[in-house]
Amino acid sequence: MNKMLRDERVTLSHGGGGKAMRDLIQSVFTDVFEPESSEDQARLMSDALLEKGAKLAFTTDSYVVTPVEFPGGDIGKIAVCGTVNDLAVGGAKPLWLSAAFIIEEGTEIALLRRIVASMKAEADKAGVKIVTGDTKVVGRGSADQVFITSSGVGVIPADRDIRADSIQDGDVAIVNGVLGDHGATILAARGDMMLMSDLQSDCAALGHLMEAVCHAVPVRACRDATRGGIASSLNEMAEAAGLSIELDETTLPLRAEVKGTCEILGLDPLYLANEGTLVLFVAPEHADAALAAMRSVDTGRDAAIIGRAKAGTPMVTMKTAFGGSRIVDMLVGEQLPRIC
Amino acid sequence: MRYVEEFRDPQAAKALLSKIEKVTAEIGATKEKPIHIMEICGGHTHAIFRYGLDRLTPEGIEFIHGPGCPVCVLPMSRVDECVQIAEKDNVIFTTFGDAMRVPGTRKSLLQAKADGADIRMVYSPLDALELARRNPDKEVVFFGLGFETTTPSTALSIQQAAREGLPNFSVFCNHITVPEPIKVLLDDPYMVLDGFVGPGHVSMVIGIHPYDFIAQDYGKPIVVAGFEPLDLLQSVLMVLEQIRDGRAEVENQYARIVPEHGNPVSIAAMADVYQRRPSFEWRGLGEIDSSGLRIRDQYKAFDAEEKFGIGYAAGQRSVQEPDGCECGAVMTGRIKPTACPKFGNGCTPEMPLGALMVSSEGACAAYWQYGGRRAVEAAE
Repeated sequence: MNKMLRDERVTLSHGGGGKAMRDLIQSVFTDVFEPESSEDQARLMSDALLEKGAKLAFTTDSYVVTPVEFPGGDIGKIAVCGTVNDLAVGGAKPLWLSAAFIIEEGTEIALLRRIVASMKAEADKAGVKIVTGDTKVVGRGSADQVFITSSGVGVIPADRDIRADSIQDGDVAIVNGVLGDHGATILAARGDMMLMSDLQSDCAALGHLMEAVCHAVPVRACRDATRGGIASSLNEMAEAAGLSIELDETTLPLRAEVKGTCEILGLDPLYLANEGTLVLFVAPEHADAALAAMRSVDTGRDAAIIGRAKAGTPMVTMKTAFGGSRIVDMLVGEQLPRIC
Repeated sequence: MRYVEEFRDPQAAKALLSKIEKVTAEIGATKEKPIHIMEICGGHTHAIFRYGLDRLTPEGIEFIHGPGCPVCVLPMSRVDECVQIAEKDNVIFTTFGDAMRVPGTRKSLLQAKADGADIRMVYSPLDALELARRNPDKEVVFFGLGFETTTPSTALSIQQAAREGLPNFSVFCNHITVPEPIKVLLDDPYMVLDGFVGPGHVSMVIGIHPYDFIAQDYGKPIVVAGFEPLDLLQSVLMVLEQIRDGRAEVENQYARIVPEHGNPVSIAAMADVYQRRPSFEWRGLGEIDSSGLRIRDQYKAFDAEEKFGIGYAAGQRSVQEPDGCECGAVMTGRIKPTACPKFGNGCTPEMPLGALMVSSEGACAAYWQYGGRRAVEAAE
């Protein structure tokens, strides 16, 4: 560990542009991320770009989460996984990330180091490099410990065109794993409900999973189901495709703990956030091959078919386990626990 | 999930549904001449739509969605007073989550929070007590809201605050009671109701006898029901059987939870802490005699109405409901949510105009969430 930085907490002087800032950046960030260029901009080259018809994919996202560390991950892991997933669900091979940190005065440097270490580990696992970044320090109360913005660049091979408006009548909807773990974990980890569980966030990068499916079958459309849960992603897709999507409640992969948390609080798991969950559509004749390819990857072990696209009004409906049917609409604002 | 899925078993549902069909036919109820059953409680409304029970039951049964959604019937003037308290310096205002979005005349609590008021979501009044202990230099106010289900826990928190001598804890009491508005509905000259499904969690506290008047004075059947889909189907069947047999009784379908005489500890705590107000305003229904509770003088140190000089002046405080809003007619069963000219047309869960669109347990919000676009299309 670098000797230059002796402070235990970040102070405003670490944002002042002087020696303290340089020490913080070097000791906490660049010594770990090891960007190749010491210039202000990353200079990038990949063989994937040489293919005729290949496209660049570019995305950006900001990450704020309370608490910043939770069972199954931390804000750094989410910042890497979330941006990698935004690239991956479009069929891009994720290559490079940026990471910009807004740090609240008083934040423990040890916490920053843990976050940076988990970003590095997750980036290595996902096969991406964190090539550029930035830090700003703001006064106490102007941020909540640390906020991270990460942008990502990847390359989409010439023969891939994954988009929601290409979903066809009869296509099969597949998810890669259990739903709602992240949302339920965060609710429990905030500690104000005194719910105990062994739940862990599903936070995971899905680049390898997408590569595996795309090599096996043509994927028509794919979205990751983050904020707003699977219900919001499916509603967006139904709208874009101009088709209705019918889910079958009995096939939804849900852990008992997640179901229980939702029962207690009056929440619906379809709207709980995920950080390592995607839903994709393939033609029905490709469903088995897609499932097999997904299940061959760690993050797709619990892959399951959850529904189908059908001609009809663009909306999401669900056949309930009980034998009825209901509409699964977009969430309005935030899900709030009910009174009684 | 044990103890939950047993009550959602599709096979058992089929058996109940076929009995319901048989009895509906025996009564001679049809789509044109239906039996009107009111589920009083918003939790039941929510469950009916969530499990599609309205579409599984025969056309001869029509569900009328009652006033048992505490968030929906909260008058706008009281939301304004919440905001007024919450915006005072040095106040931490605590509330259940789903009260955050209820519109006041100026703003909702969610908007007041965005404007800088210290408003926190809690899951129990005990969380508010803990906040008061930890913040002795702040005034911590709990927004007491709900029927007999939540009323006892607020009472217990006030008793606890009194025992501890916590001077910085108070309750803004808006607790209301279930039986009184039912009487108002039954006295309505347009009333079409043939029977009731009663809220199980309320009876867990007060027992089943506060509903005796429904059977004895008005000759209507009522079945106190649980909240799982099989509970609801069985309760509907019990109501129908009473109608077929010409009986009017108070029956208890939820006996696994509901004792005939309720919970004596809760009843004693409520009697100790609260007294009835002469009347209280219900959004969509107006002032209803003896339907609200206030904190007794003995505990006035913990009464936010006293502490912040707010009080409650019955009858002089009604805020005009928005033009065209038909919540009152929906709640009394005169029209369906979709028949309201504002439904989906200026009144949606994003921007609720009327009471019943506010909470997910309100009839209009449930119609919208679980059948919204379909309902609007059907109406067109």
